[in-house]
Amino acid sequence: MDMQATKKKVGLKEKYAHMTRGLGWETTYQPMNKVFPYAEFEGIKIHDWDKWEDPFRLTMDAYWKYQAEKERKLYAVLDAFAQNNGHLGVTDARYINALKLFLTGISPLEYVAHRGFAAAGRNFPGVGPRVACLMQSLDEVRHAQTQIHALSNYNKHYNGFHDFKHMIERVWYLSVPKSFFDDAFSAGPFEWMIAIGFSFEYVLTNLLFVPFMSGAAYNGDMGTVTVGFSAQSDEARHMTLGLECIKFMLEQDPDNLPIVQKWIDKWAWRGTRVLTLVGMMMDYMLPKRVMSWKEAWEIYFEQNGGALFNDLARYGIKVPECLSQTAIDKEHISHQAWATFYQYGGASDFHTWMPTDEEMDWLSAKYPNTFDKYYRARFTHWRDEAEKGKRFYNGTLPMLCQVCQIPMLFTEPSDPTQICYRESEYQGEKYHTCSDGCKHIFDDEPEKYIQAWLPVHQIYQGNCFNEGVDPTAPGFDPLAEVLKWYHVEHGRDNLDFEGSEDQKNFAAWRGLATKNV
Amino acid sequence: MQIDLRTVSIKPVRQTFDHIARRFGDKPASRYQEGTYDLQQTDIFHYRPLWEPEHRLFDQQRTQVVMKDWYALKDPRQYYYGSYTIARARQQDAAEANFDMVEERGLADTIPATFRQIALALLVPLRHVEWGGNMNNSFISAYGYGTAITQPCLYHAMDHLGIAQYLTRLGLVLEGPAALDTAKDAWMGDPRWQEMRRLVEDVLVTQDWFELFVAQNLVLEGLSYPLFFDHLDNEFSTNGATAISMMTRFMAEWYAESSKWVDAQIKVAAAESAENRGLISSWVQHYRERVGKALAPLAEVAFGERATAVLGDVTADFNSRCAKLGLAI
Ligand SMILES: [Fe+2]
Ligand SMILES: [Fe+2]
Repeated sequence: MDMQATKKKVGLKEKYAHMTRGLGWETTYQPMNKVFPYAEFEGIKIHDWDKWEDPFRLTMDAYWKYQAEKERKLYAVLDAFAQNNGHLGVTDARYINALKLFLTGISPLEYVAHRGFAAAGRNFPGVGPRVACLMQSLDEVRHAQTQIHALSNYNKHYNGFHDFKHMIERVWYLSVPKSFFDDAFSAGPFEWMIAIGFSFEYVLTNLLFVPFMSGAAYNGDMGTVTVGFSAQSDEARHMTLGLECIKFMLEQDPDNLPIVQKWIDKWAWRGTRVLTLVGMMMDYMLPKRVMSWKEAWEIYFEQNGGALFNDLARYGIKVPECLSQTAIDKEHISHQAWATFYQYGGASDFHTWMPTDEEMDWLSAKYPNTFDKYYRARFTHWRDEAEKGKRFYNGTLPMLCQVCQIPMLFTEPSDPTQICYRESEYQGEKYHTCSDGCKHIFDDEPEKYIQAWLPVHQIYQGNCFNEGVDPTAPGFDPLAEVLKWYHVEHGRDNLDFEGSEDQKNFAAWRGLATKNV
Repeated sequence: MQIDLRTVSIKPVRQTFDHIARRFGDKPASRYQEGTYDLQQTDIFHYRPLWEPEHRLFDQQRTQVVMKDWYALKDPRQYYYGSYTIARARQQDAAEANFDMVEERGLADTIPATFRQIALALLVPLRHVEWGGNMNNSFISAYGYGTAITQPCLYHAMDHLGIAQYLTRLGLVLEGPAALDTAKDAWMGDPRWQEMRRLVEDVLVTQDWFELFVAQNLVLEGLSYPLFFDHLDNEFSTNGATAISMMTRFMAEWYAESSKWVDAQIKVAAAESAENRGLISSWVQHYRERVGKALAPLAEVAFGERATAVLGDVTADFNSRCAKLGLAI
């Protein structure tokens, strides 16, 4: 019996199809729309899931093999970094505050991405996209964990990292990244793919990871750099998935175009607003700077994103609506955000400071149109005041944008001296947004955005104090009580970098190291 | 400036994150702990899901099982992503070596025709059941509660995909792509597979994720894996069909490992309250009957007239396993 003769050679593509889509079937004992109940409600029409082109072909055995190899190397580096006190090798302890922003603001989102992709990986009726989404779900739990494991050693030595899970749900500015992912996960599977798979992973990912990872490299943090490098090949897969997803939706039915375009506009803007925090980190929190936020925006969004949208033009897709505003904003937002964090430095879980003269010169050079004109004088003044012992802390609570949840700190596109407010009315109530972009998003889905848990509103409503706290008691200090509820340790996690425990410990430990040579 | 950082001995300010310290005290924590406990958000969510407005994004109400602390359901294997992939990579190395050996030495051609037929008729269509296992576990990973159980369910989902792919390869080795088509036809239309397909499809639309866990991971796997990858495997290896055993060794080992995790979940959930115990026990009873019915015609293909006896043995073992887990069945 010669079976070899009857077996025809199976090509790679065909073999992969057998290994994935060949597994699925049209259910008959239960209707398909009950097995995949979320496939239609968003209005996206898919006629033929078989037209899906697999963005990458990775069987599970290969996935385990490659990924395990990466994990072995990564954890060897992390172990060595911890053992050798790698944290003392960073440029300056101010840098560590950028990592606090990362652990509290980004790692928890990696986790939500894991759950959201698990949902997408269950919900699409096509096997091809499901398998790709599940692999991404698995990668995302990896990202959450490798980041936590890398920063675990920093947590042992520095403040501000210690209760990231508690803080992401409560601290005022962390509602910005949190609500972004809540927004995407509470949408349907197709919008999720445009929001996270395409806009976040494809259009904006470089603006998030390149700044943090090259920031780490420039500032001597090899542990974090390794985590970033190790995630790169995952990210490459995620990008091809996001792109295939959008093309597939557009190719399946012309009626999908307006829906997809609306989501692109929404998520590009939503993402841009979240990235304000990254811009601020790049321009102000890295002792050794990589490039300015404006430069990063121009390279990664305007140039690379521009090429991408040219490619999508054949489907009728236009560049995101917000582009004209972001071209103005890129000169301002990082300064405006840092000014806000400095003023509210008593209420956050990391330290703030004013730039040195040398750093301000760098900012002038990078922002010739705006820094000296609008920001330098204010920053110099604050610095002088602090030196005189009159450090300025803002005692009032800012109003937040109903959509992006950032305090109203952005200015009018036409006038950088005027704070921008927009107002909408829904069911007789007024709602405020920070920009045309956010107002637009609100007006399109008011029933969603009125649900937002706005940290400042919640403080006013008395929802941000520990149980048993009496706001009517004499001497009641609302900020102190809110910080306790946040688990922000006053005097350790917050306030100025200058004089902080982090600064002192780092100096002392480094001093020991230097003396030992 | 060259600094030798290794020589510095410094006292850490704290040993671990606060949410870990609140559970275990401020002492050095494992990577499993830091990568698992309290990772899922629990308290504040901004928007109700459009797809299920009656629930919050992560919500304890998606199952009738009630736990004071969902993190009681820990994974005895302590799998986080790194340790999980490293463990599976080792197993896939062994599997790969086995497939290589079968293919290079043409061992498939040495399999007696009867057993080749049995493998084609049973193990190849089984890949669709595995795919159902993937879907059910990804459902739990998405909509379950607490990273302690949702995390290993994703690993379990991907394991099922991996196993479905090994079974696919087995079909390709035995008979090429035609084996897959025949198996698909059997899955869709052969009366012997229809009870199984009906069961799998019914489980796919089950909304209570813990019920799904019981149906899929405890009962369906608990009865079918011993049947196919232990009893039937013995038939293969004692009848000159070792090549098939070689290609399914991964599954046998995987079941031995993963069932310990499943046991730990059931045991803790059932011990939590009389209500949980009652609920889980009734699910087990319900699905045990359905799985038994679905396996009966398949066991007949495998064991002929001994089918009832073998299935009886499998069920008896399963019952004593459940009894050890504290279930009343
Ligand atoms: Fe990620
Ligand atoms: Fe806004």
